[in-house]
Amino acid sequence: MDFTTVIGLEVHAQLLTKSKIFCSCSTTFGASPNSHTCPVCLGMPGVLPVLNKTVVEFAMKMALATNCNINKFSSFARKNYFYPDLPKAYQISQYSEPLAEHGYMDIELDGKMKRIGITRIHIEEDAGKLLHDDHNPFSYVDLNRTGVPLIEIVSEPDMHSAEEAAAYLRALHEILVYLEICDGTMEEGSFRCDANVSIMPVGSQEFGTRAELKNMNSFRNVQRAIEYEVKRQSYLIENGGRVIQETRLWDANAGVSNSMRGKEEAHDYRYFPDPDLLPVIVNDDWIARMRESLPELPAAKRARFIADYEIPAYDAGVLTADKRLSFYYEEVVRLSGKPKQASNWVMGEVLRLLNEDKKDISACAVSPAGLAMLLELIEKGTISGKMAKDVIVEMYVAGAMPDEIIATKGLSQISDESAIIATITDIIAKNPEQLEQFRAGKDKLFGFFVGQAMKATGGKANPALLNDLLKKMLAAN
Amino acid sequence: MELHFLTIGELREKIATREIAATTVVRSILKRIAEVDTQVHAYINVLSESAMAEAELIDAAIAKGIIKPLSGVPIALKDICCTKGIETTCCSRILRGFIPPYDATVVEKLREAGAIIIGKTNMDEFAMGSSTETSCFGATRNPYDLTRIPGGSSGGSAAAVAADECLAAIGSDTGGSIRQPAALCGVVGLKPTYGRVSRFGLIAFASSLDQIGPFTKTVADSALMLSVLAGYDAKDSTSVNLPVPDYSAFLGRDIRGWRIGIPREYFIGGIDTETQSALDGVMRTLQACGASCVDISLPHTEYCLAVYYIVAPAEASSNLARYDGIKYGMRVEKFSDLKDLYKKTRSQGFGSEVKRRIMLGTYVLSSGYYDAYYKKASRVRTLIKQDFADAFRVCDVILTPTTPSAAFKIGEKTNDPMQMYLSDIFTISTNLAGIPGISVPCGYTASGLPIGAQFLAGHFEEAKLLQVTAAYEQAGTFIKRRPKI
Repeated sequence: MDFTTVIGLEVHAQLLTKSKIFCSCSTTFGASPNSHTCPVCLGMPGVLPVLNKTVVEFAMKMALATNCNINKFSSFARKNYFYPDLPKAYQISQYSEPLAEHGYMDIELDGKMKRIGITRIHIEEDAGKLLHDDHNPFSYVDLNRTGVPLIEIVSEPDMHSAEEAAAYLRALHEILVYLEICDGTMEEGSFRCDANVSIMPVGSQEFGTRAELKNMNSFRNVQRAIEYEVKRQSYLIENGGRVIQETRLWDANAGVSNSMRGKEEAHDYRYFPDPDLLPVIVNDDWIARMRESLPELPAAKRARFIADYEIPAYDAGVLTADKRLSFYYEEVVRLSGKPKQASNWVMGEVLRLLNEDKKDISACAVSPAGLAMLLELIEKGTISGKMAKDVIVEMYVAGAMPDEIIATKGLSQISDESAIIATITDIIAKNPEQLEQFRAGKDKLFGFFVGQAMKATGGKANPALLNDLLKKMLAAN
Repeated sequence: MELHFLTIGELREKIATREIAATTVVRSILKRIAEVDTQVHAYINVLSESAMAEAELIDAAIAKGIIKPLSGVPIALKDICCTKGIETTCCSRILRGFIPPYDATVVEKLREAGAIIIGKTNMDEFAMGSSTETSCFGATRNPYDLTRIPGGSSGGSAAAVAADECLAAIGSDTGGSIRQPAALCGVVGLKPTYGRVSRFGLIAFASSLDQIGPFTKTVADSALMLSVLAGYDAKDSTSVNLPVPDYSAFLGRDIRGWRIGIPREYFIGGIDTETQSALDGVMRTLQACGASCVDISLPHTEYCLAVYYIVAPAEASSNLARYDGIKYGMRVEKFSDLKDLYKKTRSQGFGSEVKRRIMLGTYVLSSGYYDAYYKKASRVRTLIKQDFADAFRVCDVILTPTTPSAAFKIGEKTNDPMQMYLSDIFTISTNLAGIPGISVPCGYTASGLPIGAQFLAGHFEEAKLLQVTAAYEQAGTFIKRRPKI
């Protein structure tokens, strides 16, 4: 039987506000346990939450960037359940009246555009963390994360393959990072994804029973977990079984998911409006201000790069995947006026060096001015492209400008015609046999003479000039 | 002179003229507590040492000419108000040993105004009750008759003021918990408008209904206290940013031409005849002051109790979920796993009335029942609010009995929750509507038990309540008696 896969994603993104959502504690990751806590986030008796306005603004930015309608009136509810990482025993979240709804994102997959609906974006608080120690019969509670602001972005069940889901997730991630409202670190849990997956016979209008997948901490694992789930459900149905509604945990090491809880064990969260918080009232002015504050988003930037710099779509994609990289590239273009070469060098040498060091562009010692100068020196013929590849390594290591490196290392290219002629004359004299064979028609030997000349000049001979002169001199004699 | 009999107004003068030192007042109050509190049991924690230390600081400040609105005034706090460094329990086993690292905003304000915190008073566990019998520290007794309850849930605070064990006390009112004990103990009890006084540091029972207010011996003292307590607090999102009037300025103004609304739904049977005749007396006095009584209707009155017993337990079930034995307060010693720890701690930590309300609240919020109960109740609540808005278009203030009858016997209603709930029948609508209410003494039963009259006004119209009750008080048509202890 052929099946259609139906996937909806719920993404939780931690917001990069300085303080927590309902108190003034720091949100910094990695502090010693429980050092970023106060009576409010510890849920002590009698304390009250006060909403951090920046949280609303960050959420509004994401809502606008994903084409959502921002509700003028939204409210907070309490989601009640007991767990030691939740000191109030309820999570403050938005439930029946979320901040934003009815948005969409366009994603590109195999050159085709596809629109994924966004059901809603709402604001909520994160819970703490339990630390388990196998040697002790108890667990530790760290409440630093309690009250860190989150937005939950719920998609429509519009994705039909693991690849589509991954593409959507990447696009969402890219926007969050572009907006500088989330650092997007999946390993540290600042960008988390749950997937609702079901299958139905091709042509069917009725969705199958869905399973909710959790605990996927990388893009790759999201894709793997969904692929596994689709196979699992297909196998079940083809063998006369049926899919049950449940929550499943992905085990990345084993490459399988396991049932965590079924529908019967699902919590009754007893949502009700939180009486301690006022509704969030948003007016047109505020929305307009947020809209104006939005940076150029990745899709728009890609289109502009392709149009203005005439670089291939692939290159534009790589250069805009990281906002800082796109700034870097544009700065090189501005200083050098060479968009194509800039793209080649940024995508080639710069990214290769950074990848080898597992660093990102913010840690790059090659300044845009340095790279622009390097492109200029290549064009002027001061150095060859090949030499430039060595120079950029030096620039990367030492953080120096290319002219300094060329000067100190004596790397400057030999473009002096008489010097090259002297070298060639010398080589021809030393290799009469090869000369004879070449003249007899063994064209391949041209490379031999190039190699000899380069060897003699320490690789500094201007390759184009050398080529020209060699051709003339080998023929002339 | 018996200093503990003084009102705040009287003491302020003596402090200002250096006639009495704060230390002298505190010593006198501590002596009074030592003499009578074994009988009344208004206090669960008397802060003798810190109160004396605070009094010395106040005296030093007074010597330098620094005199504040409540300089040297000994005030008792219901044990629902968090006090920095001082155990705060809500009179529940589950919070025994909890020492807050912060003061409630009202406590900060009182200290800032020069008041001296003399002790923490008894209350119904988590403010759930109308008799102060559900406290894990045992019941408080009514100073007018030690075999009777003082009302609740702020029974300790009411009794402490009535027995002159402090000059004023702080209570909290979710469905009548200030006004009902004030009536039964013959003192003035004011519940301000929701949002008028910060709830920060008030241990939540039902967050959309809870409000802090003062117990005092006179209306004038109530005005003084409210001026100190009221005001916006950035730490409480539901506190309202409106200027605080000088409430004392409204005292002594006449009420000529005022229309006193008499809601017909509140005067139909169930009211004790002595209470009824005391209320008739209040109406006559007000008329003599130049006001007129007008018949009004609050048509949704009959639903108040039902709405209240859905909304309040629902919020409470969530507010009290944090008492789980993990972070503070009580935890059972033996348990098999996490769920067992929760179960045993909460089973042993909470009393039966609290458990009853947690179960009620959990039920009405459950999936499948939410719409039928909580949602419906919220809608009716809007209608109740509307009733009052309509009423205040035709009258300045509303007059009702505070309670259907005077104080009942200890143990009389403990096994009949419905009877207990009915003792708040006249007070809960105020909280549902969020409007202010005040109870003032208006007479005694033949056996000498106090009777209270309740006045209600529109949102943020506490000044009207104080003006009308001061006028009534000053008319002096009944002689106030002290309890015989």
